[in-house]
Amino acid sequence: MVVDELSDAEVDRLFQAFADATRRDILARALVSDYSVSGLAAHYAMSFAAVQKHVAVLERASLVTKEKRGREQIVRVHLDGLRRARRLLEEYEVIWRQRVDRISDILAEEEGKSPS
Amino acid sequence: MTVISSHKDTEALNLTIVAEFDASVERLWQVWEDPRQLERWWGPPTYPATFDHHDFVPGGKAAYYMTGPDGSKSRGWWQFTAINPPTHLEFDDGFADANGDPMDEMGITHGVVTLEAVDGRTRMTTVSSFESLDQLEKMIEMGMEEGIKEAMGQIDSILERSSVEADR
Repeated sequence: MVVDELSDAEVDRLFQAFADATRRDILARALVSDYSVSGLAAHYAMSFAAVQKHVAVLERASLVTKEKRGREQIVRVHLDGLRRARRLLEEYEVIWRQRVDRISDILAEEEGKSPS
Repeated sequence: MTVISSHKDTEALNLTIVAEFDASVERLWQVWEDPRQLERWWGPPTYPATFDHHDFVPGGKAAYYMTGPDGSKSRGWWQFTAINPPTHLEFDDGFADANGDPMDEMGITHGVVTLEAVDGRTRMTTVSSFESLDQLEKMIEMGMEEGIKEAMGQIDSILERSSVEADR
């Protein structure tokens, strides 16, 4: 699979996917082990159909895919979306580190001066 | 090291930076309160910020622009949603068009700043929360020094190339 830049619509779907606590929990579980949709449904106080809908939202955001294994559908996490989020946050962290350095420079500059 | 810790939450899409400074809490508060000091550090030297409006009161608004190396201006607005001098402020930070009118569809960043005295220094904790990856990407374009942006771009293309190969 070739990794391309995401379109606006894809990004919207990604954030719609992240906006719900159940969907974040499904992602967290599916990241660490293999779950079928019914296996996931057992963890939540909601219907199988409701969990299936959450998985469908994650699928539309390209965060997970369903893989057929026998009669079960295994939910697999796609890491590309998460990877982009981590990379952008890392870049934003660089910006803040530079801001912190500039604040330090302003404060240090004044220390050198005699207090007016 | 002035920055003592950072935390990235890829699910909630926020960044926390904890830094300490050799100055009083009141002095640190001034770098936020005084627009002339704020514009000296908010944008990098290659993309300086100019605050032409800065109403530092609860509910007050600020208007700023950042000037790129080619002279192009990116405009933004802040609204101070909480101000408790000299220890706590919160603000929304959004993009604006050439007239300074908010472009809310681009997403709003929420910033929470906390200042506290720790062993004669001041600890500043900032939490920036984003609504979308595109918005975060635009913030990065506006706020990053040119050289670093190029370096990041190179790292990106290397990572993307290797992930393309890995997925084949």
